[in-house]
Amino acid sequence: MVVFLEQKNVPGSTPQSLIRNFCIIAHIDHGKSTVADRILQLSGVVSAHDMRSQYLDRMDIERERGITIKSQAVRVPWTVDGQEYTLGMIDTPGHVDFTYEVSRSLAACEGAVLLVDATQGIEAQTLSNLYMAIDDDLTIIPVLNKIDLPSAMPDKCADEIANLLGCDSSEVLRVSGKTGDGVAGLLDAIVRRVPAPAGDPDAPARALVFDSEYDPYRGIVTYIRMVDGEIRSREKVLQMGLGSSHDPIELGVISPAMKPTTSLGAGEVGYIITGVKEVSQSKVGDTITTQKNPATQALPGYREPQPMVYAGLFPMDTTEFPALREALDKLKLNDASLVYTPETSVALGFGFRCGFLGLLHMQITLERLQREFGFDLISTAPNVHYRVVCEDGSEKTVTNPSEYPDGKIRAVYEPMADVDIVTPKDYIGDVMTLCQEHRGEMKNMEYISAERVDLHYRIPVGEIVFDFFDQLKSHTKGYATLDYHEDGEQPADLVKVDILIHGERIDAFSAVVHRDKSYAYGVMMTKKLQKLIPRQQFEIPIQAAIGTRIIARETISALRKDVLAKCYGGDITRKRKLLEKQKAGKKRMKLLGNVQVPQEAFIAALSTADTIDKDTRDKIRAAARKAAA
Amino acid sequence: MTCTPKRGARKDSDGFRSTGADTAAASVSSAGTRWETRRRQDERGWSAARHGQRRTPTPFEVYVHVPFCLRRCGYCDFNTYTAVDMGSGASRGNYANLAVREMELLRRWQDRNGIEARPASTVFFGGGTPTILPSHDLVRIVAAIDALWGIVPGAEITTEANPDTVTDDSIAELAAGGFTRVSFGMQSAVPRVLRVLDRTHEQANVAAGVEAARRYGLRSSVDLIYGAPGETKEEWTRSVRAALDLGVGHVSCYALTVAPATKMGRRIRAGILSAPDDDDEADKYEIANALLGEAGLQWYEISNWARPGQESQHNLGYWRNVDWAGVGPGAHSHYARLRAWDIAHPREWAQALEAGVLPWAGDELVDDAENAEETVLLGLRVREGLSRERLEAAIGRPLPPAALREAERLEAEGLVERFRGPEGEACVRPTLRGRLLNDIVVERLVGSLAIQG
Repeated sequence: MVVFLEQKNVPGSTPQSLIRNFCIIAHIDHGKSTVADRILQLSGVVSAHDMRSQYLDRMDIERERGITIKSQAVRVPWTVDGQEYTLGMIDTPGHVDFTYEVSRSLAACEGAVLLVDATQGIEAQTLSNLYMAIDDDLTIIPVLNKIDLPSAMPDKCADEIANLLGCDSSEVLRVSGKTGDGVAGLLDAIVRRVPAPAGDPDAPARALVFDSEYDPYRGIVTYIRMVDGEIRSREKVLQMGLGSSHDPIELGVISPAMKPTTSLGAGEVGYIITGVKEVSQSKVGDTITTQKNPATQALPGYREPQPMVYAGLFPMDTTEFPALREALDKLKLNDASLVYTPETSVALGFGFRCGFLGLLHMQITLERLQREFGFDLISTAPNVHYRVVCEDGSEKTVTNPSEYPDGKIRAVYEPMADVDIVTPKDYIGDVMTLCQEHRGEMKNMEYISAERVDLHYRIPVGEIVFDFFDQLKSHTKGYATLDYHEDGEQPADLVKVDILIHGERIDAFSAVVHRDKSYAYGVMMTKKLQKLIPRQQFEIPIQAAIGTRIIARETISALRKDVLAKCYGGDITRKRKLLEKQKAGKKRMKLLGNVQVPQEAFIAALSTADTIDKDTRDKIRAAARKAAA
Repeated sequence: MTCTPKRGARKDSDGFRSTGADTAAASVSSAGTRWETRRRQDERGWSAARHGQRRTPTPFEVYVHVPFCLRRCGYCDFNTYTAVDMGSGASRGNYANLAVREMELLRRWQDRNGIEARPASTVFFGGGTPTILPSHDLVRIVAAIDALWGIVPGAEITTEANPDTVTDDSIAELAAGGFTRVSFGMQSAVPRVLRVLDRTHEQANVAAGVEAARRYGLRSSVDLIYGAPGETKEEWTRSVRAALDLGVGHVSCYALTVAPATKMGRRIRAGILSAPDDDDEADKYEIANALLGEAGLQWYEISNWARPGQESQHNLGYWRNVDWAGVGPGAHSHYARLRAWDIAHPREWAQALEAGVLPWAGDELVDDAENAEETVLLGLRVREGLSRERLEAAIGRPLPPAALREAERLEAEGLVERFRGPEGEACVRPTLRGRLLNDIVVERLVGSLAIQG
């Protein structure tokens, strides 16, 4: 039975010496959310009755996918030796696409709990986040989770971590988020090992905006970490970067629901609501101070995130374009990494070219637009950005394949990624083959333990952002993990492949690919579309072309029979309902020229995980031979 | 019987309101309460059914569904059962009593709701296998129809028949009882194809049946199925020729439709049988249309061909959207804007009748938009076509220009032809290609009407 403790440390007047701010760094599935849940429960801020698993993962998508996307900040009390401390727990996302969000969380903490699944050992993503935390001078508390599982290898994993951190393996804590074992000890360790914040409580107020979100009723909610000074609920605040000032409607902490307070002091984590609804009026990384006694120097902000993947998003119903813009504005508020500019597609009408951190980021954004905002969307195949130098020396950055210049091109540069892959040593060969197939260049290889290796590669971003991760997983029975960072650019032999349906070039299907892979792309795309587009009254050729040269062709033969054989007394109602269903289905079709293309064709064009059958392989070879001749 | 998927009495396989589901629900609630509710429902006024009645009296037909078969064929998903007795009086032996009981209740329901009783212009027995019942049962049902509603002199009275279940004597008895027409489930003349379809008869039985019918003055029709797994075009051609060799004046040809839940559906999924192929079926349709046409049998509905004057009047009624009473488990009824359907399972159906309640599982009132859709989808199935007047009456306003343009486009694409009806009225009907692509033609024309649902 959990007893509700009356928290003695009041927000706004808690001395910094009693505050510990920490985040949890963990690989996806290593049980971060479960441990966080357990902390909430043990500290008494959530009753056992109210406990729903993954309390912090508030978005439906997060709970369904079992991953954390958005950082959350919760204030929990914890008593050590009779003294109540205030812990600020900042959740971090665990997927490779969200490194940017992790760096935001790190900047708001003094300590990081490095949580590692005792059945798995450390993974590439954890490794990279760990290095980020070390770079930020955070105190690391290494913890093994899932020690209750029979397959746990705590001793082995502890050695691995100790080896990495240069600490003693006895310093590695052992917990079970599931049973709660060891979690109290972890909280004690946080109090003892993580340094208290060291801001100046008497200086002018400075608070770092590390997140914000849009609440339909209350407007923008800004999450802040107080560094220096104090902000009071009735004081006008100033956003130093934007230069705008507002009266806060509410100041508060999350514990675990929003609790208004009269002030927030140095070292504390909380939120501020100003009633502002315009999305542009909040900027993550900005510094908030008070109007009356403003700080002179802003806190170091964040590096603006660089999108790695671009895709066009188009509403099925073209009249929804303005609504889509509003929705993107709202998402942008707590997803600073999302960028978008309007674009027009001949095939799909008005939409936006959006930049994402990676494919998962793209999928989650799409899902949120569909679920939270109810849009019916078509997304084009994702691509990276290219720097194109034309014959006349002019330069162009291409984020949309249909804008790829048609004329003579002097050079094309593609973005590169610095890639870390951690894999059991048995799969080194498979991983190397995979990297080679994706035009990777090996840098070095390090054994992190006797069994596991960190492979370091340089690979074009365009090669890894789509299905590389899935392939890596399937090549290594799921054991390998991946992390990557953008790492400059390199010249590349790229061509644009166009897809023509019924003789019309469909800009939404154009792709910029490496010359060696252009035939594969053309053949696979035409084959895919041939399967996805239903037969219609007339024959439909589907072609892939580089410039004016056709490199692949499939044909959808004309539909000859589409009729219900019997329509007697009892069939009439059924037939009428079929007709209505057919009509509804038509609404989900896009008319390209006079060809009806189902939405699924666009969605499937996005998926690249298809296995290649013999016919496809043969056709790719034949196309390549023809081109060579 | 002809296990052809006709008239009403089919299990829904496509997720629409299912009579089966209704009966399942009924078996959960207490039967007594259910019938009580139903009885009250019968008392309520079907004003819409009355309201929609036309000034010129609409023909009235009677359809009787006989839900029994000797065995179930692999492709069949119709409402039929092989058990002799399913309890609660639902047995083959008691079927005629129950059918007559239902007709009495229907007749009373009509009176109570002010629906004028008119003599039946046609009667049709479908199944299942109507001829699994002794002929005198079928005759007794016809006599009851005559007693309750009257039968128009010279009316077409048809029964479907399985070639295995008719004899010279049984046909003689049907003829004496007023039957004028038999529809034989021939399906194919090729033994191998018949086996795939689980049919036990031989072509000789069909010939004997048709001959017996002819001897007693009955017209015959045969049903054929094309597209059975493994059937070649040559085999299909042979079947069509064999049907013509019988000298019948009416032939129905149906593309095999495989419902997933049937034995054949399962075998196709398992890869034991090949799935029907649309292109192959289109070829076979064209073969049948050519051969039947050469022999003087002209198409008058997508799946029906007849020597002029020998069209099934009963079935034409469905496409002309006349009124009909449906009798028997799962049978559908239609009165102006009301469509209703019987409980599908014979036992539940029998229990309702025992309780003195009209055994309807569900009903719907067709609204103006739906009525317009029905007008198009029915009118475009038949050679007599869809007249502009009828369509304008259905949509309640002059044809929108978009509909005229769509009709012109459909004509230019060779999907419909425009012609003048017997009274000089402007009509459209599907061409051969338009018959094969009928769903597209209907959808496009309905779409161009911009009906507000």
